[in-house]
Amino acid sequence: MTGQVKQDVAVLGVGMHPWGKWGRNFVEYGITAAREALADAGVKWSDVQFVSGAETIRNGYPGFVAGSTFAQALGWSGARVASCYAACAAGAQAINTARAHILAGMCDVALVVGADTTPKGFFAPVGGDRKEDPDWLRFRLLGATNPTYFGLYAQRRMALHGATHEDFALVKVKNSRHGEANPYARYRKAVTVDEVLASPVVADPLRLLEICATSDGGAAMVLSSMDYAGRHARAGAAPVRIAAVSTVTPRFPKTVIDLPDIATDSGATVAPPELTFRDSIAAAAYEEAGIGPDDLDVAEVYDLSSALELDWYENIGLCKQGEAERLLRDGDTTIGGRIPVNPSGGLSCFGEAIPAQAIAQVCELVWQLRGQATGRQVDNATAGLSVNQGLFGHGSSVIVRR
Amino acid sequence: MKLPAVEGWFTMDDADPRLLGNRCRTCGTYFFPRTSMFCRNPHCEGTEFDEVPLSRRGRVWSVTTNRYQPPAPYVSPEPFEPYKIAAVELPEEKMVVLGQVKGAADVDIGTEVELVLDTLYREDENEYVVWKWSPV
Repeated sequence: MTGQVKQDVAVLGVGMHPWGKWGRNFVEYGITAAREALADAGVKWSDVQFVSGAETIRNGYPGFVAGSTFAQALGWSGARVASCYAACAAGAQAINTARAHILAGMCDVALVVGADTTPKGFFAPVGGDRKEDPDWLRFRLLGATNPTYFGLYAQRRMALHGATHEDFALVKVKNSRHGEANPYARYRKAVTVDEVLASPVVADPLRLLEICATSDGGAAMVLSSMDYAGRHARAGAAPVRIAAVSTVTPRFPKTVIDLPDIATDSGATVAPPELTFRDSIAAAAYEEAGIGPDDLDVAEVYDLSSALELDWYENIGLCKQGEAERLLRDGDTTIGGRIPVNPSGGLSCFGEAIPAQAIAQVCELVWQLRGQATGRQVDNATAGLSVNQGLFGHGSSVIVRR
Repeated sequence: MKLPAVEGWFTMDDADPRLLGNRCRTCGTYFFPRTSMFCRNPHCEGTEFDEVPLSRRGRVWSVTTNRYQPPAPYVSPEPFEPYKIAAVELPEEKMVVLGQVKGAADVDIGTEVELVLDTLYREDENEYVVWKWSPV
């Protein structure tokens, strides 16, 4: 495979628009985040050579051409542009597109932006009568919503590893405490186990407070070559670096059911791969960065549900299979513990703004590594990993170091 | 009239309903829903497939109950009724297939279930039918 990538890119600046249900045009959120990231970087918009936009599919044509939409809104400057869509992984793909341009010498400094405005309630498939689209069919034929899949995984965790309703609720409690101090989080109120368990069941065993909401939000980063960063560095500040971006697809046969599949691949003729798809996402990032889970100080994982956060602990190698509940209960993944997970508050406190979310995960890691995560700071963090998975087989994991 | 909710995915045989998959003539891999043109086994160059009915019985890999009304294109009864969805492992094909559980019957991980046909929704004069899982 690709092996270790020898060069890093620098994160000069990060910025976000607070998550919420603001109901405004997604471009506003993206531009707010972009201007914040440019100011943080000390880079002028007119100096940006490449714009990488993460697309939204729920905001019409401007959403599909997000890169140029943001470029136009900032003022046409002649910068090169790309837009990409990879569902929840779109932000990581946009980061990687910028990174690849920088590492290939095609630009020195790039702006990455993702933003979304979301409808109320469950994510639904794109409209129309589309009988060839698995995403449409799973709703039509089965009523299989996203929480359906989260419920299936959670039930499996309970049956296989003895996870309890309280364990799942504790994930929410932890994240709600982490997110309280985060000015960009949508939900900033600590909740108790009792409150979680009193909220209505959405898809057994998961309750309303354990399933991520859909949100509006925007996130942006300014990335550059290490040379450019050296020339533009503020006195005494070595930039946080991106050491790896994993954008792996699954390997055949993928025998674990995933959104939006109605059926898995068949494992009847070819043995399933050693690593499941979710295991392979961070594994590729570790390989590229030349580090392992023991080297991490902090992680941002995609807690679409409380139970899914526990799966991720194992998928990214924080513990062996079946040990995630113990890790949680021992406080290892709480700020102050051995390996804090979702110090930002995670999706639990943000809700999901799809094309912005993977970028937001990395923004948080950058603040953590710079020591700027006021009220939620992980002590002396020098290496962090983000991980998520986009519909239709998009792995996404970013490793940052300083 | 009784019509399948999706064309060609299952037989309309009430006595012995089956999901209709296909199988690569070169490597023997099963596909459901059916694939076409090229085999999706990356090590196989196959381009020809035979339609095959899948195993009728399997074991529940996991199951959940949806208690909130999903958005369209799901056609929900009014008032909304919660429904169960099971992921079922087919032993022969070594694949997991989702389906609603007929009548929200009591099933757990490991329960043996079989494929049945049931109403998904009614529209005009027609009853649209889909596959569901039911305990053996």
